[in-house]
Amino acid sequence: MHDLVLPFNGELTARPDPSILPLEIESLVYEKKGVRIIDEVSLRVGPAGCTAIMGYNGAGKSVLLRLLHGLITPTAGAVRWSGNLATADIARRQSMVFQSPVLLRRSVEANVRFALAKRGFKGRQLRARLEAILGEANLVALRHRPAAVLSGGERQRVALARALAIEPEVVFLDEPTASLDPHATGAIERILQRAIAAGCKLVMVTQSVGQAERMARDVVFVHKGRITEHTGTDEFVRAPRSEAARAFIEGRLFE
Amino acid sequence: MLEFTEAFATAGLLIAALDPALLEIVALSLRISLSAVAVGTLVGLPVGAALAVARFPGRDVLIVCVNALMGLPPVVVGLIVYLHLSNSGPFGSLQLLYTPAAMIIAQTLLVTPIVVALSRQFVEDANSDYDEELRSLGVIGAAKLVTLITEVRYSLFTVVLAAFGRAIAEVGAVIIVGGNINHVTRVMTTAIALETSKGDLALALALGIILMLLALGVNAAASTVRRFAPRAAYA
Repeated sequence: MHDLVLPFNGELTARPDPSILPLEIESLVYEKKGVRIIDEVSLRVGPAGCTAIMGYNGAGKSVLLRLLHGLITPTAGAVRWSGNLATADIARRQSMVFQSPVLLRRSVEANVRFALAKRGFKGRQLRARLEAILGEANLVALRHRPAAVLSGGERQRVALARALAIEPEVVFLDEPTASLDPHATGAIERILQRAIAAGCKLVMVTQSVGQAERMARDVVFVHKGRITEHTGTDEFVRAPRSEAARAFIEGRLFE
Repeated sequence: MLEFTEAFATAGLLIAALDPALLEIVALSLRISLSAVAVGTLVGLPVGAALAVARFPGRDVLIVCVNALMGLPPVVVGLIVYLHLSNSGPFGSLQLLYTPAAMIIAQTLLVTPIVVALSRQFVEDANSDYDEELRSLGVIGAAKLVTLITEVRYSLFTVVLAAFGRAIAEVGAVIIVGGNINHVTRVMTTAIALETSKGDLALALALGIILMLLALGVNAAASTVRRFAPRAAYA
């Protein structure tokens, strides 16, 4: 079926604009009601591949992801894309998949169409992207189904299709496979692998060490609002530097 | 309790006979209240949605005020509209007093706060779910309001019905600005008030029964539209 659809990056590779990556933050702080949730965090996310953000619940992973995507404004510090502060154009080249995605009360197809239309896709170009992404995400059979009646795995595939449809350069994912069964998780990961292969950058929060090993080239470990390490995935899993990361990985073994 | 038996009989007879005087009053009641709800919705829905999403100093106070206006006494609204439309008032030259137009204006003022307050609540609840997702998709400003309103469209049915219920049932405003003139500004509620004061309680009660049937009919119609709307399954 997939040889019938357009390659995912049909137009991505032809994009004339220079890349918005790398993504850099320095001494980023985010406080809410006097509580410091992100505490002077510095990070550089290079182009290509998948960067996993890992850490315990409440470590600040989701907040960090929202700061990077520009959904919330840092208390101090700035997010820089290839040296520049985020602009509307830079924002247009990113998308995000939320942990519990909110789908519009419309059909699957209308949800994807909505995202494409809002990013300026029109006419033939819009239809081509729509068909391609519905194929990629294995949603062709569900295209006319109301989004409200979908299963968890299907909802997540629609959210993913919506995020990838607009040909983003960077996709932020907040535990996209949390609460999904292995089969649905596998389906999501295969779609993500193809996006990576097509040159899309993924920044993904995950709790699963296995998922990080399968998907990510590097891991950012967040603990109590700070980044305690940022290393290659192999190194992170084999020889975590911080005590917190070691306990996190060992926790998997004892479960 | 003789009045009740007699009232039901009278109501039945009036309906069965399709009494022309009754039909005229019913038609005017519907025309005025539906017009007021239409204008109130056109104005109140965008305002309510904007209020749901916007953040500005004094917003909380404004919301309390709008919510309080849902309980605006109809006679007070009638009096205010009367003062504006009477010959010595600022809009006296328009000669609108004691016309259906004046009654529509008064009922519009009554129902608009209901539409604003309730749609504000529905849209704000939706916004707390959709906010980040829509901003991530680059949907902001007016486009965001349109999306949110579209998303809560079925809840807004309830808002419109609440507004209609308020309009069709009130007597205080329409009697002051309309004057209950036969064949001109007499509606169901003012007719009931008149028959009651004349002592014809059975006829008054019969009209009351018909008014309730009318409200029931409008609600049933709206409910049917909603149930069989092609996209109902998407709600």
